[in-house]
Amino acid sequence: MRADLELIYDWVPHGAHVLDLACGDGALLERLARDKSVTGYGLEIDPDGITQCVARGVSVIEHNLDDGLSSFGDRSYDQVIMTQALQALRRPDKMLDEMLRVADEGIITFPNFAYWRHRVYLGLRGYMPVSKSLPHAWYDTPNIHLSTFNDFEQLCREKGLVIVDRAVGVGERRGHWTSKWWPNLFGEIAIFRVRRRER
Amino acid sequence: MPDSVPHARPGHPTDSVGVVTPRVAKFDSPLALACGKVLPEYELIYETYGTLNAERSNAVLVCHALSGHHHAAGYHSQDDRKPGWWDAHIGPGKPIDTSRFFVISLNNLGGCHGSTGPVSHNPETGRQWGPDFPMVTVSDWVASQARLADHLGIERWAAVVGGSLGGMQVLQWSITYPERVANAVVIAATPRLSAQNIAFNEVARQAIRSDPEFFGGWYAEHDTVPKRGLKLARMVGHITYLSEDAMGSKFGRDLRSEDLSFGFDVEFQVESYLRYQGDTFSTAFDANTYLLMTKALDYFDPAATTGGDLAEALAPAQCPFLIVSFTTDWRFPPARSRELVDALVRAGKAVSYANIESPHGHDAFLLPEPRYEALFRAFMDRTARELGLEETR
Repeated sequence: MRADLELIYDWVPHGAHVLDLACGDGALLERLARDKSVTGYGLEIDPDGITQCVARGVSVIEHNLDDGLSSFGDRSYDQVIMTQALQALRRPDKMLDEMLRVADEGIITFPNFAYWRHRVYLGLRGYMPVSKSLPHAWYDTPNIHLSTFNDFEQLCREKGLVIVDRAVGVGERRGHWTSKWWPNLFGEIAIFRVRRRER
Repeated sequence: MPDSVPHARPGHPTDSVGVVTPRVAKFDSPLALACGKVLPEYELIYETYGTLNAERSNAVLVCHALSGHHHAAGYHSQDDRKPGWWDAHIGPGKPIDTSRFFVISLNNLGGCHGSTGPVSHNPETGRQWGPDFPMVTVSDWVASQARLADHLGIERWAAVVGGSLGGMQVLQWSITYPERVANAVVIAATPRLSAQNIAFNEVARQAIRSDPEFFGGWYAEHDTVPKRGLKLARMVGHITYLSEDAMGSKFGRDLRSEDLSFGFDVEFQVESYLRYQGDTFSTAFDANTYLLMTKALDYFDPAATTGGDLAEALAPAQCPFLIVSFTTDWRFPPARSRELVDALVRAGKAVSYANIESPHGHDAFLLPEPRYEALFRAFMDRTARELGLEETR
């Protein structure tokens, strides 16, 4: 499993009811169901991903996240997970609202645009960054809203959200100690766990 | 059941179930129908493909659509060139893999292909049932199918599968007999017909019933059939099965001859096609059956029993569902399937849903398409794995 998924695996409590937005091939949900009795659904738009989910026995629903989550009721899930999809949405901020309407807690991962390799690409070489976490060329990338650790934290502050946990992923591993102290520079993947402020 | 194992023979594709012979099951105990009437006795014609395993755990029920029948796969003779209606999906190595599954496909009650229906003999009157044949609903079909399962010694289906009206039977199975359905596949269906759907059905019915040869449904006694009415009904129906794009790319505005004739004979290719479809159907299908089947479609609405709450209606279901729709299907559009999916999600059921890109409209559920096949196969393979099914031959 991808490094960010390993970390998320630990954050999902036993027996939780979850919604996994952009669930890909369903690897995370399959493991959560098998080892932690987690229930729920994956949403995916990629035909091959959907077929792989079905092959694994993961409940998957073909759904375009840009259409919102209106078919899912308020607080109908314990957690909503969205890995590596925030940056590809038309309105990431609205999706964040939707996630925390449907569940009390959201887990979000996205490529950190301020990662030092990305900075080198853009700042020194003058090209749009291409890396493991951002593998596309500028003209065919699905990533239309790239952001950084700092950007996301700012958005959470504006929305009054509580950041319960923050972690970094670099390549296939979890972050090195440098990325722990300076995530915005050394973290390749941003991983956040957020909640609504209790009212 | 060694005699039910057909073998592909030279001349038929190797992934075909080969030559199959329909069988008939007789039922002597009365069947109480939703309309309040009782069928004292009846027969169901069915075909089987593959081999039932010793545990009787590998049986798959295939439910047919409006004008379908029991002949879903294989051929009826050595020289038969036209396979069953779902041959693309049933056979060795196909999504419903007959090397693992034992498949049963029947003609529904009220049908005109060998099961008891309007063309059958009414034991009480000594004449043909004709228009006296009682109205049958999807629930009635499912009840009769359950008796067929009992007859064959099948306690629980590995899967119940169907497209369009067939998909509605799958849904009803999951609600009425949840413990007897291990998996459900509902393709190009809807939890209830829209006003537009019912309107199209009513046009078809009016076409039949207003044909002077209809004789109030007693046409057989007048040695005739309401061919014109059935033809029109089929033509209207056929338009709704195809997408605008499919019609456009198949026929466009192509003419049969070079010049316009400024008359009302067939000029455009699409007219010729529709007339051909209508003509073929009008001699092959029974008008009373067509009327019954369209009413069964109109009446289907499981949420009607729960005050319109579909999720509550689906609450009894226990099996995982695969729901499939097709992008250009405007008869039962993707939104109708999504309605069903959302209700299943609200009810907390295991459900997967895919909307397959296809230019073929409603008919897409009958046709081969790589993504559709891969998805269907993945679900059926998973079913086989979950149930621990092995190859039976």
